[in-house]
Amino acid sequence: METLQAFRGLLQALSKRCRSFANAAGVSSLATKRPGPTRTSRALHVLLGENGAGKSTLIKCLAGVHQPDEGVITVDGDPVVLHTTADAEKLGIATIHQEFNLVTELSVAENVMLGRQPRVAGIIKKAEMNKTASATLAKVGLHLDPRTPVSSLGVARQQLVEIAKALSLDARILIMDEPTAALTDDEVDRLLSLMDELRAQGVALIFISHHLDEIRRIGDRVTILRDGESVTTVPASTETDELVRLMVGRSIDAQYPRVRGEVGETLLKVEGLSRKGSFDDISFEVRAGEVVGLAGLVGAGRTEVLRAVFGADRFDRGTITVGGRSRSHSGVERGIAQGLGLVPEDRKQQGLVLGASVADNLGLVKLKDASKGGIVNRGKLADLARRAIDSLRIRTPSAKATVRNLSGGNQQKVVMGKWLLADPTVLLLDEPTRGVDVGAKVEIYNLINDMTQSGRGVLMASSDLPEVIGICDRILVMAQGRIVGELTHEQATQDAVMALAVQERESTRAH
Amino acid sequence: MPTEATQSAPWSARAKELAGQNGALGALLILAIAMAILSPVFLTTQNLMNVGTQAAVVAILAFGQTFVIVSAGIDLSVGSLAALSAIVTGYSATNLGLPAWVAILLGIATGCAAGLVSGILISYGRLPAFIATMAMLSVGRGLALVLSNGIPVRQPSQVAFFGSTLGGWLPVPLLIMVILGVLAAFILNRTYLGRCMYAIGGNEDAARLSGINVARQKLIIYALSGTFSAIAGLVLAGRLVSGQPQAASGYELDAIAAVVIGGASLAGGKGRAFGTLIGALVLAVIRNGLNLLNVSSFWQQVVIGIVIALAVLTDTLRRKSA
Repeated sequence: METLQAFRGLLQALSKRCRSFANAAGVSSLATKRPGPTRTSRALHVLLGENGAGKSTLIKCLAGVHQPDEGVITVDGDPVVLHTTADAEKLGIATIHQEFNLVTELSVAENVMLGRQPRVAGIIKKAEMNKTASATLAKVGLHLDPRTPVSSLGVARQQLVEIAKALSLDARILIMDEPTAALTDDEVDRLLSLMDELRAQGVALIFISHHLDEIRRIGDRVTILRDGESVTTVPASTETDELVRLMVGRSIDAQYPRVRGEVGETLLKVEGLSRKGSFDDISFEVRAGEVVGLAGLVGAGRTEVLRAVFGADRFDRGTITVGGRSRSHSGVERGIAQGLGLVPEDRKQQGLVLGASVADNLGLVKLKDASKGGIVNRGKLADLARRAIDSLRIRTPSAKATVRNLSGGNQQKVVMGKWLLADPTVLLLDEPTRGVDVGAKVEIYNLINDMTQSGRGVLMASSDLPEVIGICDRILVMAQGRIVGELTHEQATQDAVMALAVQERESTRAH
Repeated sequence: MPTEATQSAPWSARAKELAGQNGALGALLILAIAMAILSPVFLTTQNLMNVGTQAAVVAILAFGQTFVIVSAGIDLSVGSLAALSAIVTGYSATNLGLPAWVAILLGIATGCAAGLVSGILISYGRLPAFIATMAMLSVGRGLALVLSNGIPVRQPSQVAFFGSTLGGWLPVPLLIMVILGVLAAFILNRTYLGRCMYAIGGNEDAARLSGINVARQKLIIYALSGTFSAIAGLVLAGRLVSGQPQAASGYELDAIAAVVIGGASLAGGKGRAFGTLIGALVLAVIRNGLNLLNVSSFWQQVVIGIVIALAVLTDTLRRKSA
């Protein structure tokens, strides 16, 4: 009962105005309305909203990172003021951010116990520390040697270490910001059942997700945020279409508005592309007006193939031909000269210069063309940037705003925009909508439509199966570095794709 | 969306932006006012020209260093290369009897080539910049000693021009500093190379995937830093009217300090030539002022250390509160 109370109180934080924070996030004109207070008597609450709707700001208020301008946060019925993250911690509020707060060079046990290692005269009692950590790790179903360095764990297990750390701090309220974004389907299943267990143990959970199906499976109630305002709170069983409508504030005609047209000549031809240990004998074509998908399990080699085709990574054998120009060596400049562009899978690590302006990022690919004798034509670059901001409808306070401050969807539009300005013949997309909200997803799909309608081609890798099926005209299924099957979009169902992706794995295991 | 607002900012706002970039300009003004009050000599033209001359060598080294630091690298070899270049010039003219202008060009080419070697080690040998340029620091200084046998080398009279005074009032080092400062600002803001420096320093992966040949740009960046070092070496030799193998010892740290005081981040992607110039002037004003006040050179080191820490600290705090 106590946690339920705590949770109920906590949710009154939803009545916060988050104007000043939203300003920092570059959506000043949007997030100024007053959200209504929200209550619930159930213990797994989902926050749903587009990127830039104010979810992260709200969570940061609850974690003590930001202070609200107005409104009260109540825990156990008492109003509290959270000046620092330590204040929130004392009240048992723990937050698991998308970027983990782990020291990857240290062991799992040291991370779980960080700052609270049992010690005598400053010397850490390792045996005791490892034992305590093991017990905590068992609670989240992580059975491994606590001396294992965190760096040797995958994303899913690092996340469990984070949760264990939170539990060892006696967290009663656990806030998770898109915990499933970087996980595979299996890992998501495991995480959701852990969340179920935690709820049964009396831990209140606040969960942010873009995946509507997960919400249905795990959530009790959903509060929808839009433009810094809480729109409404509905049961998690609400129809998907209705949730989307509430979130976007308008109905989206179709989640996947693919416009299919005439397919023309071959633009990209890949023959016998191989790299030892990564992919083997990859051959396929992309034709004008066509979107070709690369599907498969994580680790099947999709990203590796895309990067090699683009020229970012070397390959041992094979040729890549674009519009009659062949190449059998790597080199990004060669790929670009052929008419290729790549939107990489991790926009923060590989796609953007986060500390630079929107305009600088948009101009990055065109920088060389816009220079004469080594001197940059700044007027031309500014024009290009303005054009891209308008045509891609990038929501930014100005062209000079720092890209770091834009929401995920707008950041991704900047990465796409820098390539669209270069007008590639074939655009390679790696996870183009990862961590992007529903509204921005549709805008990205429309950009893909624009490309194919103007006679270009698109090659796209994605872990999001409904997206691959909804957008691609042809799907190449990869498993263990090989293409194991091809489906037209009429043939493609989630089951058909998965059957191909898994089948090969089992047959190779049998050998 | 108000996209236009920031583009047509009035010049007063621009000046504010320039001053507000970091605390360096404010610190320089406060220092200058304090010195003017404490010492009647400080504001004399003669003394101000002295400050400029003293700042020149460090500033020129620091302009080269700015290119490197903006691209998230570091160049520890700049002081050594300054000495080596001056020795090469003196040796070519005095010992080999080459014409002065050839000797000067050889000196500059030496700095450029040494920077290029650092760049190759970093780009293609995958050495961390710290290690590669530390090795070059040692090699450069060693070669300067080998070539000169450890004793000062006589410079051709033309080199003395770099340390002379024009029209009885304008020191040539000051002039060269201003010209190279403008050149550095132009390179950083207006050239492909300069924009690549910011992109590489901000996110090397993103720069590479956007078609920037990161390895080649780095070669040019370190070669440029070496070239600026060589010119600084000639200015220093001009002032001393000889090539000293131990000249500019430890100047790499002054150069880095100037760049950092000027608001650049060692993490890369950030920094301006104007800021670097202010940084170099701050260091020179402190040295000059403390000399005028008869403070021992031992205490000067303490003060300079504190100023470096304060400069970066205020910058960090300002950014936090912003």
